Amino acid sequence: MTSNAHLLAIDSISKAFGGVQAIDTVSFALSPESITGLIGPNGAGKTTLFNLVTGIFPPDSGDIRFRGESISGKAVHELVGMGLGRTFQNVELFSSMSVLENVLVGLHTRTSCGIIGSVFRTPRLVKEERRARERALELLDFVGLADLAHQRSSDLPFGWQRLLELARALASKPDLLLLDEPAAGLNMGETDTLGELIESIRKHGITVLLVEHDMALTMKTCDRIVVLDRGKKIAEGPPRTIQSDEAVMAAYLGKPK
Amino acid sequence: MIRTDKHLIACFVFAAAATATGLLVENAYYLQVMIFIGINTLLALSLNMLMGYAGQISLGHAAFYGIGAYTTAILSTTYNISPWLALPAAVFTAMAIAYFVGRPTLRLTGYYLAMGTLGFGIIVNIIFREWRSVTGGASGFVGIPPLEIGSFAFDTDRRYFFLVWGVVLFFFIICRRIIDSRVGRALRAIHDGEHAAAAVGVDTAKMKLKIFVLSAAMASLAGFLYAHQIFFISPGTFSFLASIRIVTMVVIGGMASIWGSLLGASLLTLLPEWLHAFADYEMMIYGLVLMLVMIFLPQGLTRGILDIYENSRKKNDK
Repeated sequence: MTSNAHLLAIDSISKAFGGVQAIDTVSFALSPESITGLIGPNGAGKTTLFNLVTGIFPPDSGDIRFRGESISGKAVHELVGMGLGRTFQNVELFSSMSVLENVLVGLHTRTSCGIIGSVFRTPRLVKEERRARERALELLDFVGLADLAHQRSSDLPFGWQRLLELARALASKPDLLLLDEPAAGLNMGETDTLGELIESIRKHGITVLLVEHDMALTMKTCDRIVVLDRGKKIAEGPPRTIQSDEAVMAAYLGKPK
Repeated sequence: MIRTDKHLIACFVFAAAATATGLLVENAYYLQVMIFIGINTLLALSLNMLMGYAGQISLGHAAFYGIGAYTTAILSTTYNISPWLALPAAVFTAMAIAYFVGRPTLRLTGYYLAMGTLGFGIIVNIIFREWRSVTGGASGFVGIPPLEIGSFAFDTDRRYFFLVWGVVLFFFIICRRIIDSRVGRALRAIHDGEHAAAAVGVDTAKMKLKIFVLSAAMASLAGFLYAHQIFFISPGTFSFLASIRIVTMVVIGGMASIWGSLLGASLLTLLPEWLHAFADYEMMIYGLVLMLVMIFLPQGLTRGILDIYENSRKKNDK
């Protein structure tokens, strides 16, 4: 197994906080254009793993490689530039800005205008700004929010805020999109829409890693599932296998006595 | 883009009003007060870019104002260098200092950044006060020359009025352009959520440093204009209390509002003029005004008055 065949390779990483071993020698890899689900009971280490992959903090040991290149020592914004996009568990939009502006900030790494450029407004930068706006509107159209482009983002209902955050993450043109519990707080209808969106995101050639509590969504959408429990990987495989895996059942429901 | 066009029209109207004022007002005292309003507007605008838009509190902004004033004073008086050469030197000095101070302090957030900049402001003020051989110490620096272009000197209040307000107008346009661009959006994103901004690819540390340096450059320019207007500077003008005054201008006028800087600076320049009798209570009155504004109009006077106006119009429509 060469790591180059994988978009993201997580190689026996560990992370402890004080005495708590949040992640304990976990390895798995994501092949391009796959949808992988990361599940586990509360406190399993899902969020820690997520933060390790997005560069919020480094692992104590082990290595994470993105397109064969180690991400250790890279700042969060550099990873975004390399093609790693994310959303937040508790939607974090720029609340004073409009829906459109939120997506435009998402285009930050794909545009280049600086302070001096913004003052002089050269034709190239005017064109860049116009293209950015077109692109932002396309993305809003993709998630179904184009009509609300000029609303204040904080005025949107929660479900739509999630969709906006998704559009904002897509704006950075990621190769790998990490979604942190995207279905949390959504009703069933909204969760279905989300599932369809994730499917069509994959069709655009984007690999997805989904950290999720919602089993129905995970089972339906993911090709592969990785299960964590108390910092360790306890199972990995297609949804069908995971559903009947004894270790997984034990982790979720407790061991039969 | 539409907003920018509107802003250009507003700037045009503003320029016309300023020109008319400059031509019609004969009273030297009024002209001088308006010159100080202009200088303070530039100061408030510089801090608003940092505090209002990017959300970074600086309690030491008067230091950059002072660095601008003292650099030009020392170069143009002690060393007889043309003020026009002293100007880039003053701005560059402030920018360089902002860069070196900003690199470590901008890693701090919230109260810590405020404390860091507060300390910086106090240290700079002590240098102004104690480095007597160069700055003139507590008694101040005398004999700063007026600005001249060839044989044309900005030696009357009217001429200086146009110079100062021309510069202010220029920065109104520049700041609006920055705010409406990719850079401005990144700054506002940092204000709304620094983690989220980094997570969509904004290099937050670099962006904060850039706006801090720009802000310092504008403040030092204000200091330059101040020094060549009154020909005499002393450390008291650039003290901690001066930093607080600039913060008050921004908060009262309105955070993240370019016109709010004008309103805040006007009020805080005029108030002490009107309240001469209460000079001893100046800081208490600022404190009171600041409290009232924060309680009743938390978004500042500009936004607050607009809201009241819009609400009353809605009521009348019913």
